[in-house]
Amino acid sequence: MNVVVCVKQIPDPAAPQSLDASHNLDRSGKLILDEADTYGVEMALQLVDKAGSGEVTVVSMGSAADVAGLRNALAMGAAKAVIVSDDGLRGTDSLGTAKVLAAVIRRDMPDLILCATESSDGYTGTTPVQLAELLGLPSVTFAKSVVVEGGSLKVDRQTEAGYDEVTAPLPALVTVTAGVVEPRYASFKGIMAAKNKPVEVLSVADLGLEGSVGAAGARQEITDVVRAESRTAGEKHVDEGDGAEKIVAFLESIKVL
Amino acid sequence: MAITSLWVVVEPSNGSLTTTSLELLSHARSLTSSVSAITWGEGSSFAAQAGEYGATTLYDVGALDGSLPGVPVASAIAQLVVNAGAPDAILIPTSYDGRDIAGRLSARLDRPVLTNATGLADEGGLVTEHPVFGGTQTVKARFTAEGPGLIVVRAKSFAAESAGGPTAAVVAAPAGDTASTGAARIANSHVEERTGPKLEDAAVVVSGGRGLGEADKYAMIEEAARLLNGAPGASRAIVDAGWVPYSYQVGQTGKTVKPTVYIACGISGATQHMVGMKGSKNIVAINKDADAPIFQIADFGIVGDVHKVLPALIEALRARS
Repeated sequence: MNVVVCVKQIPDPAAPQSLDASHNLDRSGKLILDEADTYGVEMALQLVDKAGSGEVTVVSMGSAADVAGLRNALAMGAAKAVIVSDDGLRGTDSLGTAKVLAAVIRRDMPDLILCATESSDGYTGTTPVQLAELLGLPSVTFAKSVVVEGGSLKVDRQTEAGYDEVTAPLPALVTVTAGVVEPRYASFKGIMAAKNKPVEVLSVADLGLEGSVGAAGARQEITDVVRAESRTAGEKHVDEGDGAEKIVAFLESIKVL
Repeated sequence: MAITSLWVVVEPSNGSLTTTSLELLSHARSLTSSVSAITWGEGSSFAAQAGEYGATTLYDVGALDGSLPGVPVASAIAQLVVNAGAPDAILIPTSYDGRDIAGRLSARLDRPVLTNATGLADEGGLVTEHPVFGGTQTVKARFTAEGPGLIVVRAKSFAAESAGGPTAAVVAAPAGDTASTGAARIANSHVEERTGPKLEDAAVVVSGGRGLGEADKYAMIEEAARLLNGAPGASRAIVDAGWVPYSYQVGQTGKTVKPTVYIACGISGATQHMVGMKGSKNIVAINKDADAPIFQIADFGIVGDVHKVLPALIEALRARS
């Protein structure tokens, strides 16, 4: 069983973030593997392991100047990585991203495609389903458990009220929530092995997508960025055994009690 | 360019349209007099409600026979765009199924989608607003090419207000052949029982985060919420850790709440959490780190150990009840 995991290298969420002059997220600093993607990588490794054959490929779009994040996925156990890196991709929207990923994945269709529910930087959350539609595959989003039996998939999918048991034939695309599995730490052996695993770098022209991706293909623009109405910090007290009492008094003052 | 018409995807849930759906209908009718809605399931039973909130036509995809809504609803809308003419934009609620519909429809129509919208205005064309960086800045955006643009809107962005409109005319909008893409089927649905008010409707929300230390301590959050007639919530960190179900999560990926008071216990205030609760009328924070970002937006902060302050608070609330 072959599994593709779509991953993204993002600016460290713990660091302050900003928009550049063209209103794109500033990605000039160090990039890391989105933590949200580590769950998909782990799930894929476990499914391939259980199937007894096949491999995990990670597919990404973004600058290949730094591929430490992809190496991290390879160190966890993925067999190879493909990244589409091209200046012409700046300003690409979610649909354009899905077109790029679809063009890569179509070259060698896997049995299963795993994605995070959304990235931790742009959090658009539509790319996986757009990708499934472009590839003509069924999709199950917000999976909290994934089981493959024979040629089909059993997924517990989050709902507003609880969860649904969903079945789908393979090939299919699934988005996994954080917590679906516990991502492994790369071992020293894994880290060493990752250095020699293939990372294929492709351009937009390699995929024949000139004109349909990038800022022009996005067909949307940011017209303005304004400071949001901000809340100001109110009272702050250090608890000296009277913290609870003070909260009760505050709740009384706003008539909640 | 004036806004000629808008379509709104309205989601059924337990025999009614969801609150977010009604919020979108209410706002759509303030932008144009031509508002149509799209729904599924027992579609015709929602005609009165859809009309009341401003839709003149209700397109009904009909029974889905166990399919997840994303594929059939998007397929039906794509055909409507061809047959009934494209609206300026299609508004879709931010929800599990709403995002599926938006993604499928975007790829099918080859039209862009803007997500996480919290504002929508007519400024010589539709302009959307999106909170970024934990809601400290707002990005305004617009579509630059032929419509319909797809806009996925977050809950509680607008008020749901009845317009007292007449029952919407129901028009069948079948999904047609969804071939291989529609092959996912719901075999069983499970409801996780919760007592007390719903998280998104509660006047008081008591939320816990990683500062609680361990899963067992979440019981304190539930008890404090119960005593205040409120709902318990959670940060992403403890949902990811498996302490509480996903349905408790407040934030970017979880629920948007705007209670009278939000009490954050052991939550540092990651941007992705704050975007889901900074619209609360009052915010109370208990955290041992005096520099935690949550204090920057809290009206009332206690710098202290949640394991001491929370039990004392529960004790005080019990004494009053």
